[in-house]
Amino acid sequence: MLQTGRVWRGASVSAGGQAGLPSGFAALDEQLPGGGWPAGALTEILPAHEGIGELRLLGPALARLSAQGRTLAWIAPPYLPYAPALAAAGIALPRIVIVRTTHARDALWAAEQALRSNACGAVLCWLERPRYPDLRRLQVAAEGGDAAGFVFRKPVAVNESSPAPLRLSLATDAGGLAVHILKRRGGPLTRPVLIPALAAPFSSPYTQQHAQQRAQQQTRHALDRLSPAAAAARTVRLAHA
Amino acid sequence: MTVAAATAIAPRLRVKPRDAAGETEALLTLAAWCGQFTPNVALEFPDTVLLEVSASLTLFKGLEPVLHALRSGFKDMHYSAQIACAPTPLAASWLARVGAAHAVDQGISLESVLAGLPVALVDAHTQTHTQTQGDWLDAFEKMGISTIGALLAQPRAELTQRFGHALCERLDQALGRIADPRIWVVPPEQFAANLELPAEVSQAEALLFAARRLLLQLGGFLQARCCGVQRFSLRLAHRERTTEIQIGLVTPSRDAEHFTLLLRERLGATALPEPVRSMRLEAADIQPLPGGSQPLFAGFGTGTGGEKGDWQRLVERLRARLGGEQVGGLALAPEHRPERASLSVNSVSSGAGLGAKQLALRFGDRPLWLLPEPRPLPELGAAPQHEGPLALIAGPERIESGWWDEGGVKRDYFVARTQALSYVWIYRERQPAGRWYLHGLFA
Repeated sequence: MLQTGRVWRGASVSAGGQAGLPSGFAALDEQLPGGGWPAGALTEILPAHEGIGELRLLGPALARLSAQGRTLAWIAPPYLPYAPALAAAGIALPRIVIVRTTHARDALWAAEQALRSNACGAVLCWLERPRYPDLRRLQVAAEGGDAAGFVFRKPVAVNESSPAPLRLSLATDAGGLAVHILKRRGGPLTRPVLIPALAAPFSSPYTQQHAQQRAQQQTRHALDRLSPAAAAARTVRLAHA
Repeated sequence: MTVAAATAIAPRLRVKPRDAAGETEALLTLAAWCGQFTPNVALEFPDTVLLEVSASLTLFKGLEPVLHALRSGFKDMHYSAQIACAPTPLAASWLARVGAAHAVDQGISLESVLAGLPVALVDAHTQTHTQTQGDWLDAFEKMGISTIGALLAQPRAELTQRFGHALCERLDQALGRIADPRIWVVPPEQFAANLELPAEVSQAEALLFAARRLLLQLGGFLQARCCGVQRFSLRLAHRERTTEIQIGLVTPSRDAEHFTLLLRERLGATALPEPVRSMRLEAADIQPLPGGSQPLFAGFGTGTGGEKGDWQRLVERLRARLGGEQVGGLALAPEHRPERASLSVNSVSSGAGLGAKQLALRFGDRPLWLLPEPRPLPELGAAPQHEGPLALIAGPERIESGWWDEGGVKRDYFVARTQALSYVWIYRERQPAGRWYLHGLFA
């Protein structure tokens, strides 16, 4: 039973059960049971606030799933998923199914259907204040297949009990994104996992160049405010027409 | 027996006028449904369907599976049927009419089986012999002949002299001595089936129970023609009005169970204004669908890590309940204006992407979340504010486009960092009093 992952020792990270989906970040994979995102189970992600990097955290795993031809279901996303950014992250756009719902129970129903149908590789859902029985249903639906379910919740839910076998809370740190593992199949982790690669969302060479120039400029401005050279060396403008 | 006499015997009897047209339509629909077992289906009005199954026995691995499928199919469609088999169509029709559930094998003599049947069967309507000789039965009674066996025992010459060639022809056809060619039914090009409900129904589950019969008929019809449908519509007739429920599929299918699931979701989401009296199922868009590539089960695997489901079936199911516009996919558009570069497409396609690599390299970073409408930001000392002062990190990236239609934009885009160390995508309009707007979040 240790091997199948139904029982795990409290002191070590469980290595049994289904192999996890590699997250693309080695520091995180070391701390996750199964070496990655759990397939056939629910993972709760509680970002400290929206836009902290929760989607970029999943980016490599989603890109790998879509490359394998698995469908990715997005249930009730709070904003519009932006196609150019997703394409730049390597996620194949034809594999994405977006479900917009008006009621919370419709979102829950859609998530359960997506998990139970075993037709998706990953199901991402944003639920409004889900209760324990609702999450339990999603967990049971996920266990019937090998889809990775991700539920995004508000940070106030940190202290609520939840049936999800993996719970992460995300916060920003000076050196990158700090992932606190609140619950996992294995021993507890007191230190957060720091992922420097998610510090800033710059992957395009243009943005990186701009950021560097701006940073340099600001230090230069502080030193010589009225120098004409500084005024001439303004930001390089990238013109689109 | 008159109606008055019948009502006197059974006071709670409900009397309805006979709907000959409805019976004919039902018989034709059933004949089309039976086409999934054999292409040779003939009719004997008003109530007999003949299937010539000798060529299909290898596919179905014997007679018993065919009979079993017929019985369960009729039961699901709520028709009560008497099924009998014989080497000749006339003998099979007589056996079924009597209610003898015989399956006559080659070894047993047909004569001995037919011998016990009442002689009135010989006089019944058939496709080829449409005239009943009313005086035959009287003559048989006077001659003391009550079974077919007794009739067969009579000498042929005398029978021909007394009753004409027709009687002997019929007996010979029943025994297989001469041929009995039948006209095979050709299934119609489109499917349409009616169902009158015995009482007014207003509950979705009861409607589904009734509609299931029609869906099974549709499934059998499609199976017989080796086709599938991508769209079908169910018309519910109320007292004065009609409600139409249209169900669309991502790929053509002929799976009646899947249709039932989709209809259940749609009926659950539809509010009916009045109780329903009758329903009509129509499917006009029939497309050829070869059998081999269809999954056997509609993909709702319950095993651990079991069968891979069909994402198309999932999308159909979600659309049936939530509405077609709520479920869609994403596509790239070759547009500089950010709000138009990401398209929400209704058809979740499996086609190739649109040169994503080229687009990604040419521009700056794009946020993963885009706000549906750019949100104006308050300014404090010429610096935009969003949960505190924003620090501009990268930019400006000028986008000027769309001067050819009303959506012209002239914006300078920046990547900014909030107090909480998360990144947002903001822009300032290139106008004299340009305001700052929040357009996206880098998640």
